[in-house]
Amino acid sequence: MSQRIVPAVKRRQIIELSESGRRMDGRTLTDYREITIQTGLVEKAEGSALVSIGGTKVVAGIKFEVGDPFPDIPNEGVMQVGAEFVPFASPEFEPGKPDEVAVELARVVDRGLRESKVLDTTKLCLIPGKKVWIVHVDVYILDHCGNLIDTAALAALSAMLSASMPEACVEGDTVKLTGKRVPMPLTDIPINVTLAKIGNKLFVDPSLEEEEVLDCRFSVAFKENGMLCAIQKGESGYITPEEVLRAVEIAKDKSQEIRKKVVESLKLKSDKVGES
Amino acid sequence: MSDSEIERLISEDGIRCDGRRLDEIRPIKFQLGVLKNTDGSAYVEWGRTKILVGVMGPRESHPKHLALSDKARVEAYYRMASFSVEEWKSPAPSRREVELSKVIREALEPAIFVEFFPRTSIDIFIEVLQADGSTRCASISAASLALVDAGIPMRDLVASIAVGKVEGKLVLDVQDKEDKAGESDMPMAYMPSKNAVTLLQMDGQITHDEFMQSMELLKKGCMEVYKKQKEAIESHFKGAVSNQEEA
Repeated sequence: MSQRIVPAVKRRQIIELSESGRRMDGRTLTDYREITIQTGLVEKAEGSALVSIGGTKVVAGIKFEVGDPFPDIPNEGVMQVGAEFVPFASPEFEPGKPDEVAVELARVVDRGLRESKVLDTTKLCLIPGKKVWIVHVDVYILDHCGNLIDTAALAALSAMLSASMPEACVEGDTVKLTGKRVPMPLTDIPINVTLAKIGNKLFVDPSLEEEEVLDCRFSVAFKENGMLCAIQKGESGYITPEEVLRAVEIAKDKSQEIRKKVVESLKLKSDKVGES
Repeated sequence: MSDSEIERLISEDGIRCDGRRLDEIRPIKFQLGVLKNTDGSAYVEWGRTKILVGVMGPRESHPKHLALSDKARVEAYYRMASFSVEEWKSPAPSRREVELSKVIREALEPAIFVEFFPRTSIDIFIEVLQADGSTRCASISAASLALVDAGIPMRDLVASIAVGKVEGKLVLDVQDKEDKAGESDMPMAYMPSKNAVTLLQMDGQITHDEFMQSMELLKKGCMEVYKKQKEAIESHFKGAVSNQEEA
């Protein structure tokens, strides 16, 4: 029982503080912690990014591989998102194959990227029906201080935006690499925003101590044009339909703010990516 | 018309490929108490989607160290039978099944008075026999009934349904064909008496307006499923009472 008393006290404290619009770490309910984006850390990856939101740190790497297409989409490349929870990132993480938390994280990050059509997979076909580019997007959780989803999504996106892919030329049935690099066919900058519901308040970018006492988590991804492209409610609590609508409103504003930050950090020329 | 070769999923007068209106759900048939070896069970036919759910518990947790001192541990296992889809599917759980098991558990747990059963486990086993879209919604709705059949005290039933966008139109209760060809899929699980959304997911692309309309449509759909769930409970227990009287 003792392990649940501390969170219960903390929860009350967090809720009381939120009545005046404040949080334990001094933020308002709609503030993100500080976001930093560093790209190009891993030179051997075709793209990489180390992203931190507050103390949470995630590194993402992009690797390309020539492989077989899926039978139902024979003329399109394949994007695969994986998530690894490195045991030093949290005393809760254990070595071994990804558990359901890691699987959910990878799939939520994947959905935000895939559904926004950020990567134009139709341009990743090498030999129709036979050979396509497989793009591996792998995120490694290095330090867990809350809000893994947004940090991982931002790391994956930043790695993609900073990536260049190998140039290939096709001779008959063989694919040869020229050794040159070309830009990736990217079309969007999707941004994921996560909120925690604690009591009847919504907290943008929950910290670890907020996550420990939350009712549920709500994540939504937006495309540049403001369209929603992915939603995920998580954890075993509930949220009312009215709160869902409010969360989406808040998240929409925040997504624009973060997108601006990404564009500045990566020195993207305009809001049209991939046209460099 | 140039697009005559492309199969239209919605006709000009707003009728879908299986004859439904845009906001019409498929025929749904719930049945409680269909298995002998579980504490509670339910079967659902939701259009061509067919799912069996068995509940075991509350029972002793295995392994014991997983037991929670202040509440029951709820686990859901969502599995698709190898023959449930067009192509043979490996029976080993995919990443999709792992994620769905997690969100289904999280959709049901808020309904259960888990604090009544500390140190026990409630296991919810879901076997999709045939998948034709909205399997997570059908699973959640049927699992609610299996929990009722197990006599587990609940705050409310959890009713679930999905809204999709097909050919630019929002449609209620997405079947497989519409899901595959559609632009978006948004499942929700809802406890009407608590006004509580316990599952909400979306993939695809929708505008803010379409999102708000979807939420309305989802609530309407959940209420229809809720009604069918209640009817199923009523007819099940009516049967039980009259059997007792005969005996």
